[in-house]
Amino acid sequence: MVKDLSVNLCGLQLQNPVIPASGTFGFGLELAGSMDLNVLGAISLKGTTREARYGNPVPRIAEAPHGMLNSVGLQNPGIDVLVNEKVPALRKIYRQGVIANISGFSVEEYRECCAKADACEGIDLLEVNVSCPNVHGGGLAFGTSAKAAAEVTAAVKAVCKKPVFIKLSPNVTDIVEIARACEDAGADGLTLVNTFLGMRIDIVRRQPILANKMGGFSGAAIFPIALRMVYQVAHACKIPIMGCGGVASARDVIEMMMAGATAVQVGAENLRNPFACPEIIAELPAVMEQLHIDALKDIIGTV
Amino acid sequence: MIKQNYTIAENKLVASDTYRLVLAGKGTTDGEFVHLEIPGFYLRRPLSVCDAEDGKMMLLYKTVGEGTRVLAQQPAGTVISVLEGLGKGFDADACKGKALLVAGGLGAAPLYLLAKKLKAQGKKVTVVLGFNKKEEIVLEQEFKALCDSFALATLDGSAGTKGFVTDALKALQPEYDYFYTCGPMVMMKAVCSLLEGPGEASLEERMGCGAGFCYGCSIQTAGGPRRVCKDGPVFKKEEILW
Repeated sequence: MVKDLSVNLCGLQLQNPVIPASGTFGFGLELAGSMDLNVLGAISLKGTTREARYGNPVPRIAEAPHGMLNSVGLQNPGIDVLVNEKVPALRKIYRQGVIANISGFSVEEYRECCAKADACEGIDLLEVNVSCPNVHGGGLAFGTSAKAAAEVTAAVKAVCKKPVFIKLSPNVTDIVEIARACEDAGADGLTLVNTFLGMRIDIVRRQPILANKMGGFSGAAIFPIALRMVYQVAHACKIPIMGCGGVASARDVIEMMMAGATAVQVGAENLRNPFACPEIIAELPAVMEQLHIDALKDIIGTV
Repeated sequence: MIKQNYTIAENKLVASDTYRLVLAGKGTTDGEFVHLEIPGFYLRRPLSVCDAEDGKMMLLYKTVGEGTRVLAQQPAGTVISVLEGLGKGFDADACKGKALLVAGGLGAAPLYLLAKKLKAQGKKVTVVLGFNKKEEIVLEQEFKALCDSFALATLDGSAGTKGFVTDALKALQPEYDYFYTCGPMVMMKAVCSLLEGPGEASLEERMGCGAGFCYGCSIQTAGGPRRVCKDGPVFKKEEILW
């Protein structure tokens, strides 16, 4: 039997639930020469701010057992280049879902950037990043307070017609409280979770490996924690979830969906294997067959 | 960029802490470096291609950390996942007729492939290699066999000129219209400030993806942010902010 991999995210029909996570796939264009992007469910584009940013000094990458840390710090060309150049260029070669990932340092910046992304024809859905651990005074500052997260959500929703997902940080005491605040403020969905704040020290040089000292920890090691948070929030909220965190295989995708994710983002695994997403998509039908699953949408939140 | 499995044909200690890795497989010979998966490590390791021909590539690496130490333990016959066709390499065409190649330590590795290209184009090639001590010397015979002029420096004076590559360069006074350098940052900085005329240097940075989409290795250059893995690793000397 032909397997049905399709899912629906707030009206956006995806041919499959597999989405490269923001920051791990550039603007899609960087990989266009190496693979057929049109096999993907959607792409979450690199996090974008109002102004162009270089980001943090190098080294920005450190390794850990079954994972890695990054402190890129939202390097991006700014919202105007995103909507005027990157998205139109991507749309010339790519017809699946496009998710703009927006970050900011003030409610006003979030509102302004989201309005521009909302008006951009090639973008289907907005993902508002209130959880970047690598910039000071922005990102994470909004994602660790239910009140601030709700404020950003309401401000963005007031200027957007497209579905708005809020991408939450796991670096909080109670992610359910923040998820509920976003839902109450009008969020159409949630992306769970961003990276975990972490650190490595070079014990020979006796200093942090990352120039920014701390960074976001991601990779297979965080999968059970991300899965637990998706499960908790799925049981507390009604809005759809994009599950993210340590996903590395078709089995992980299915596990995330059973925990409550409607779509699944693949992040750090892309850095180990740039072909991770197409490989996972190709692997899904056989795994579904083994597990007697005909349609992926049937398993969402079934555990 | 493509991902291919290669089989280790040889993985041999050839100098102090330095291994020669020969990989056999059916890949491309394009690209400045490859990104190797090492058993038990999350991220790949980028290594410059030293020599490549149909179905085979040769790399040199030093055991500097846990990853390379595990790589050194892999016996012939081990299958290894390789991302290849990565990086923007040296521009052989930029040299009109007389090239000067200056390497520090394992910086000699990518310059060997460049030297072969330059010789195939009929250009004159002068090579200057620098090492800490004679036990670290690699590729001396290979470069001597290939190039028109060759000089060597060691810091402890155990072979060639005693001192840095810059000391050997001052003694040699080579003729060139374009230079290429690869080695430690401090050595390349000294070479680029000593040598007049146009040239380029190959940089190194901790990498994530190695293929230009994670922006983990972006550095500031005179022309703005550039990814070492994709826009480089080779940059024109005037682009580099030392």
